Amino acid sequence: MDFGDSLQTRTRTSGQVIFVLAGLVATLFLLSQLTGQTEWSDRARNIASQPRLWPAVALIVMLAGFGAQFWRLRRRRPNLLDRLEMRRWAEPVEYLLWFMAFVLAVPVLGFLPMSIVFACCLTWRLGYRTRGMLGLAAAFALGVVILFKGFLGVNIPGAAIYQALPDGLRGFFLTYL
Amino acid sequence: MDLFLSAIDVLARWDVALALFVGAIGGVAIGAIPGVGPAVAIAILLPATFSMDPIVGLTLLLGIYGSSMFGGAIPAILINTPGTAVNALTTYDGFPMTQRGEGRRALSLAYSSSFLGGIFSVLCLILLSPVLARIAPMFGSREIFLAALLGIILVVVAHRGQMAVAAALAGFGILIGTVGLEPAAYTRRFTFGQSWLASGFDLIVVVLGLFALSQAFLLLTMDDEKIRLPRSRGSILQGFRELARHPRVAGVSASFGVLMGMIPGVGEFTAQFMSYTSARKLSKTPEAFGHGSSEGLIASETANNAVPAAAMIPLLALGIPGEALTAMMLSVFYVHNVVPGPGLFQNDMDFVVALYLALLALNVIVLVFLLVSTGWLVHLTRIPNRFLGMCIMLLSFVGIYSIRNSAVDCIIAAVFGLLGYVLKRLNLPIVPIILGMVLGGIMEVKFRAAMARVRTPWEFIERPIAMLLFVVIVLIVLSTAWRVWREWAPVDRRSPQKKAARAFVGRIRGRTTRHFENRLKRQRRTRFYDHMGS
Repeated sequence: MDFGDSLQTRTRTSGQVIFVLAGLVATLFLLSQLTGQTEWSDRARNIASQPRLWPAVALIVMLAGFGAQFWRLRRRRPNLLDRLEMRRWAEPVEYLLWFMAFVLAVPVLGFLPMSIVFACCLTWRLGYRTRGMLGLAAAFALGVVILFKGFLGVNIPGAAIYQALPDGLRGFFLTYL
Repeated sequence: MDLFLSAIDVLARWDVALALFVGAIGGVAIGAIPGVGPAVAIAILLPATFSMDPIVGLTLLLGIYGSSMFGGAIPAILINTPGTAVNALTTYDGFPMTQRGEGRRALSLAYSSSFLGGIFSVLCLILLSPVLARIAPMFGSREIFLAALLGIILVVVAHRGQMAVAAALAGFGILIGTVGLEPAAYTRRFTFGQSWLASGFDLIVVVLGLFALSQAFLLLTMDDEKIRLPRSRGSILQGFRELARHPRVAGVSASFGVLMGMIPGVGEFTAQFMSYTSARKLSKTPEAFGHGSSEGLIASETANNAVPAAAMIPLLALGIPGEALTAMMLSVFYVHNVVPGPGLFQNDMDFVVALYLALLALNVIVLVFLLVSTGWLVHLTRIPNRFLGMCIMLLSFVGIYSIRNSAVDCIIAAVFGLLGYVLKRLNLPIVPIILGMVLGGIMEVKFRAAMARVRTPWEFIERPIAMLLFVVIVLIVLSTAWRVWREWAPVDRRSPQKKAARAFVGRIRGRTTRHFENRLKRQRRTRFYDHMGS
C-alpha cells in the first residue's frame, strides 16, 4: 500500500451492502414513478425547459452510482455483521422521539420551561445524574433561550400556557421567553 | 483608495465588530471541541443570521468558518482527535510531537502555519479581485452552468475510493432539490399528492438534519472518552521562528490551499492531502512524516487554513459554492436579496472588500486570542460526548423551528438526521448531497436560460470561458476514467477461509511427501496455517 492509499477514506464494510441495496431499491422505485410524478410539457421550447429533465438526470446518476457500488461490493448478501450494524442505525430513534416530543411541547408549554425540562431529563437519561451536571444542563438551556430568543430574537412563538399569566408578565414572556 | 475607505465604513460598526469578535472566538472554541465542527455551528446559527444585516450575518459565519480550523488543531495535537474533520492530517505529526513532550511547540507551529495560510489566501483574494472583477462579467448562464457542472464532477472525483457512492449521493442531492413546485411551468415534481412537499425541501432544514442532528445522534449513542492531557514543554512562540526555516513547504502548502479552495467541489481535504504529499516529496527527511515532522504539521495546517478565503472566490464572483459551508452562506445572500455573482463585483465592490478586510482582521484576532487562551481552551476537550449531543440537539431545534415554526420541518430534519447518522457510521460523505442540492438548482436554472439562446450544441461552448470549462470537464472525466481503468482489479469475493485454502494448495502443489521439512514447517506455521495439521 502506498502512502497516498493510507490517507484515503475507507467505507465501513458492515452495513454497506444493506445501505447500497436500500439506495438501489429506492432509486428503482422513484424511477418507476418518474412519469406519474413529473410532467412532460408540450409547451416547452426545448429539452432544458422540460420539468422532467432534472429529476430524470438525478435518478439516472443515482442508479449508476448505487449500481456501480453494488457491483463492486465484495459481499453482496447481508450477513450477521450487517444485521448488527443495522441495529446500531436504529439506536438514535429513541433520541429522535425525545426531539419530537420537545418540538410538540414547546408551542404549548413554552420554550424556556420545556428547554430546561428537556435538557435536565435527557441529561438524567444519559447517565449524568450528579447535581452539577443537571445544573449545568439547566444553565445551558437557560443560556440558549436568553441568547437566541431574548437577544437574537429568533422566530419561536410564545406558548399557549403564557396566556394564563398576569398582564404585565404575559407580554414579556411571549416576546423574550 | 475610495473603495478601501468605503469598505472600512461598512465594517466600522459596533455590530460588525461584535459579530467578528464573537465569530472568531466562538469558532476557535467550536473547533477545539471534538464532535462539533464549523458545519454544525454554521447550520445552527444560519436562521439567526437572517434577521441581521448581510454584512453582520456573513461576518459572524465567516468568523466561525475561518477560525474553527485554528481551534481544531488543539485536540488534534494534544489528544490525537481532530477538532474538525479537516484537522485529521494534523494528528499524524502533531500527536507524535506531543508524545515526545513537545506539545507546545506543535501548537505553536500549528498556529503560525494557520495564520500564514489564512493571511496568504486573503492577500491572494485581494490581489485577484481586479482580475475577478474583469472576468466575472464574462460568465453568462452557459459558463455558470458549466462551472456548476464542474463543481459536481469534482466533488465526486475528489472522493477517491468512494466515487460511485459519492455520485449516487450527489444525484440524490439533485433529486431532493427538484422536489416541489417547479418554477418554470408550475408543475409538481415528486410530491406524491402531499401538500407539505409542494414547497420542496428547505436547504437549511436538510443541512441542519444532515450535519447538526446527525452529529447529535452520533454523540448521544457514543461512549464518553477519558481524556488525559499530557504535559508539554517549549514556548508557544517558537513555532513562528521554526516556520521561517521552512518557507518552501509553507509557500507550496498555502498555494495548494488557495488553488484547491478556488476550485468548486474540491475543498480542504484535497488541499491538505496534496500539500502534505508534496511536502513529503520535497523534504530531506520524508521518513519523519507521520512521526512528528514539523514540515508535515506546517503543510497540513497551512493548506487547510488557506481554503476558507479562497472558497469565497467562486461564491462571490460566480454565485457558485465550492463546498458545504459556502453553500450554507449562499442562503444568507439570498435571504437578503444580495445576489452573489458578476453583479456583486460591479455594484457592491465595497461590500466585497469589506468581507476581505473582515477575513484579514479575523486571522489577527484569532491568533492573539489563541496565544493567550490555549491553556483553558484545552479543557473544552473534556466535555462529555453525550452531554455535547444533548446540547447540539437543543440548538438544532432552535435552528430548525425558527425557520417556519413548523413541526413538519422538524420531522424532515430528523429523517435527514437519521440518514446523516447512517452515512457517518458507514464513513460515507455528506457533502455531495448538499452540493448536489445547491448546484443542481443552479444548473437547472442556468441550463434553461442558456438553451433558450443557443441553436446548435456548438454555440453552447463557442465562447472562450465556456470552451475552457468544457475542455477542463472533458479532461477531468477522461483522466478519471483512465485512472479507474488502470487501477481496475476484479473483486475478490472469496471468503477468508477459501483464500487461505487456495494459498495452501498453491504452496504444497507438486510435493510428493506429506510432511514438510522441519524448519520450513515451523516457519510457515507461524505465518500462515498454525490451525492446520500437516
